[in-house]
Amino acid sequence: MIEGLNPAWLLICGALLTPLLPRGIVRNGFMLALPVLGLIQLWGLPHGQYAQFELFNMTLITLRVDSLSFIFAVAFLIAAALAVVYAWHLDDDLQQVAGLFYPGAALGVVLAGDLMTLFIFWELAAISSVFLIWARRTERAYRAGLRYLLIQVGSGVLLLAGVIVHFRASGSITFEHLDLGSPGAPLIFLAFGIKAAFPLLHNWLQDAYPEATVTGTVVLSAFTTKMAIYALARGFAGVEILITIGVVMAMFPIFFAVIENDLRRVLAYSMNNQLGFMVVGIGIGTPLALDGAAAHAFADILFKALLFMSMGAVLLRTGTVKGSELGGLYKSMPLTAGLCMVGAASISAFPLFSAFATKSLILDAAAREGHWVAFLFLLFASAGVFHHAGIKIPYFAFFAHDSGIRCPEAPRNMLIAMGIAAVLCIGIGVFPEALYAILPYSVDFDPYTTTHVITQLQLLAWSALAFSVLVRSGIYPPELRSVNLDFDWAYRKLLPAVAVRVWDGLDRAWTCLTDTVERQVKAVIQFLSLHHGLHGQLAVTWPTGSMVLWAVLLLGACLVFYYV
Amino acid sequence: MIDHLPALQVVIPLIAAPLSALFRPGRAVWGLAMAASGLSLLIAILLLRQVLEQGVISYPMGNWPAPWGIEYRVDAANAFMLLIVSMIGTVVIAFARTVVEQRIRLPEHKQPWFYTAYLLCLTGLLGMIVTGDAFNVFVFLEISSLSSYVLISLGRDRRALTAAYQYLIMGTIGATFILIGIGLLYVMTGTLNMMDLAARIPAVSGTRTIRAAFAFLTVGVSLKLALFPLHLWLPNAYAYAPSPVTAFLAATATKVAIYVLLRFFFTIFGAEFSFNVMELDRILLPLALIGIFSASVVAIFQTNVKRMLAYSSVAQIGYMILGVSLVSVTGLTSTLSHLFNHALMKGTLFMALGCISFRIGAASLDRMAGVGRVMPWTMGAFVIGGLSLIGAPLTAGFVSKWYLILGALERGWWPVAALVLLTSLLAVIYLWRVVEVAYFKPAPERPVREAPLALLIPTWTLALANLYFGMETSLNAGVARRAAETLLGVAP
Repeated sequence: MIEGLNPAWLLICGALLTPLLPRGIVRNGFMLALPVLGLIQLWGLPHGQYAQFELFNMTLITLRVDSLSFIFAVAFLIAAALAVVYAWHLDDDLQQVAGLFYPGAALGVVLAGDLMTLFIFWELAAISSVFLIWARRTERAYRAGLRYLLIQVGSGVLLLAGVIVHFRASGSITFEHLDLGSPGAPLIFLAFGIKAAFPLLHNWLQDAYPEATVTGTVVLSAFTTKMAIYALARGFAGVEILITIGVVMAMFPIFFAVIENDLRRVLAYSMNNQLGFMVVGIGIGTPLALDGAAAHAFADILFKALLFMSMGAVLLRTGTVKGSELGGLYKSMPLTAGLCMVGAASISAFPLFSAFATKSLILDAAAREGHWVAFLFLLFASAGVFHHAGIKIPYFAFFAHDSGIRCPEAPRNMLIAMGIAAVLCIGIGVFPEALYAILPYSVDFDPYTTTHVITQLQLLAWSALAFSVLVRSGIYPPELRSVNLDFDWAYRKLLPAVAVRVWDGLDRAWTCLTDTVERQVKAVIQFLSLHHGLHGQLAVTWPTGSMVLWAVLLLGACLVFYYV
Repeated sequence: MIDHLPALQVVIPLIAAPLSALFRPGRAVWGLAMAASGLSLLIAILLLRQVLEQGVISYPMGNWPAPWGIEYRVDAANAFMLLIVSMIGTVVIAFARTVVEQRIRLPEHKQPWFYTAYLLCLTGLLGMIVTGDAFNVFVFLEISSLSSYVLISLGRDRRALTAAYQYLIMGTIGATFILIGIGLLYVMTGTLNMMDLAARIPAVSGTRTIRAAFAFLTVGVSLKLALFPLHLWLPNAYAYAPSPVTAFLAATATKVAIYVLLRFFFTIFGAEFSFNVMELDRILLPLALIGIFSASVVAIFQTNVKRMLAYSSVAQIGYMILGVSLVSVTGLTSTLSHLFNHALMKGTLFMALGCISFRIGAASLDRMAGVGRVMPWTMGAFVIGGLSLIGAPLTAGFVSKWYLILGALERGWWPVAALVLLTSLLAVIYLWRVVEVAYFKPAPERPVREAPLALLIPTWTLALANLYFGMETSLNAGVARRAAETLLGVAP
């Protein structure tokens, strides 16, 4: 333990040293040691503010440990360690450096005590993370990465603009609760919203994450959105509008997830949905709700990593994660299948699995504060999660009809990483007190009441039933082989179909809007290139006479201006 | 000795210039030039320390007292400028040797003349800064201009000749306008000493002659500092000059012209007269804004990277003038800070480009494919310089952008602040084009080696300075602020 050393720098500097080490056990050991040492360092730091210094006339607090940043930092370090183990087999400097640098930057974000430091790490995280997408080294990934980078850096610029305005108005730069009405705060809110993938600001997530490398997606899934959740919890706890935003976030991805074929993209949608729960928790803003948001973020990092890891293993072994091409893999990859199902059970909030212990905090808080509409929507969303993430992912990958693919089991290091994640998921589910102990407000809560368990089991049972029925009746989208529709079941199909239609309509309107904007932008660019392009008036070499003419014109203008 | 520092600041490079013409080509002459500019840097540092501790230094040339003789007058503002120019002068001369030996359109036996011209240019720039006499400014302006025309014409591309010629015409017009302005002031006040002028102008400030002088000075100085739309000489001059010359001129020449602008309009005419009575800011502000936007967009479409950066310089000059037209301590701080920071970032970028063209012969985008892989150190420096140019935090460029935006917000000019942010994104686009080509395109088939250490060391010195001054801001924010307060006359 070194007094005042920011674990973020430990990871970042270590990441930069990584390529200098000999490949193999030395480098792998070193990479694993970094997050572990970071965790020890973090654990040893008493709560407080460290490493303050002056940057022109601002006081930067580059390291702040308190109960809210602590739990996120712990989760980040665990995720970083898991990702290192998962990527142990890799022989790629780029991914290894980015895979540690990016978690380090994200760690810096949650440990930042002021908005300027927050912004710096915010941008560092954006820039370092894109390499995990580019590391796939395909044209498609390159394009997706560029789009991703544009949005991420845009979020950073908004943040900076907000910070400057906030600083001008308040003279303070410390990162505490911000009043949404105060100058600059809306910009900051929007910047956070982009990274938290608020509805309509979410597209970058589904666009970019599935394009990253096998290990890259695992790393990406843990940090960017969660650091935005942290930032929202710190800055905008209790802002009413977050409840609405969160509910929409939890609801809309369900329909997209159901019809999506790329299983990693399904997981990206389900990520939106989980983030929605956390955002609702932050919007409610009571200690119980905030604890719920933090706890759920913690659990989500683990089970989402586990799910992405299992899909990554499938992608690595079979070369595809298309639901329609997979199936029957449990014969070839039984361990991966088992671990994936632990992740699926966790995300679906089965009793004795992690999300059960964390999501109930949010649901309970919603109920206690009388947000009944939000509560009901979240209940529905919980059922939806089970549907698309809990059942669909393992079902189409490992069961369903046998695709005939026969491949080896996942590499050992992947299995170890998944195993640890699975143990943690179950651990949190069985002994939630351990997690509750490090929650920001350490509320007293018992998830295992009869009501909770029964409600949840009913929900899951009905959701499972719905899925079985839909699959049996052949209505379930990706497996349309035998369609035998009975009228009884029509409404079951009708409901999602209508919803999908509505969303389709909205989607089309949105596309139409973006298309129009795109056309306008193209027109502007064309106009600009006409005058500013290589051979435009403003870029060519002018005859000397014309240059002189300008000088004389300006002189004349000045004389007129000054005389009048 | 210590009393004569203001004079030595100019005299040392002035003597070294003709001396170096006597040398044979080789390391000795370079050593002489290096020593002369190194000494200038040392003197500049000493002067700055002295000024910060003891206040303004006044040095009567040849012991002729102030209003009659020529006075050298050093305050926080020009001590800061002296440091910028001599620092860049020293780093670039270290860079120049290898390029001069191999890449300049001069027969070998004439190579020492390069150093003569270079040192004369340095002399002129330092003289313009240090002097407290308006006519003396013109004399040194001519010294630096004439030598810079020579330096530009040494580029290997034959277009360098026309570029130098155009610069000569425009520069001479600019200098003439300045001379006319000074002459008119002299007619009305009978003095050339700046402080004396400042004291006497208010009595006659209502006259048309003073107004005409003001107009001539506005346009003359704007020509020299390449304010849009008087920037047309600049892109070609920078694009076709030899790389050390480009790095040197881009980092210093236009900066000194901006300093002259500040000196004339803040010290001689006074901020009150220039901006409240004459409303100079009404001319500067729109030109600065159009310049920033237009030049940034032009830069996006350029395929010659050197020319791209030249246009980017025009845009950056726009930021500095924008800071001036805010007429506030914060605004001026951003201008002065950007003078320093821009010298660092453009110095780095042009030197890195110099390394690249040294190895691959040109700095066009299509030739630079995959260069990032074969010349990692060079491109590393380029990226650092680029980040600083964009204004990324922890780089020097961030400091000046920060003050500029704060200054704009202070005046309540939201759209201006937004435009500054937006145009920073334009900088991201044109720099990204270079990065994309250098890192994401396949490496060149012909073997290309990393640049020699003699080029890399000066380049990286400036690149690291970009990072250092992004975090340690007592110089480029603290001293800049004091200089701004001095210029506005609100110094404690």
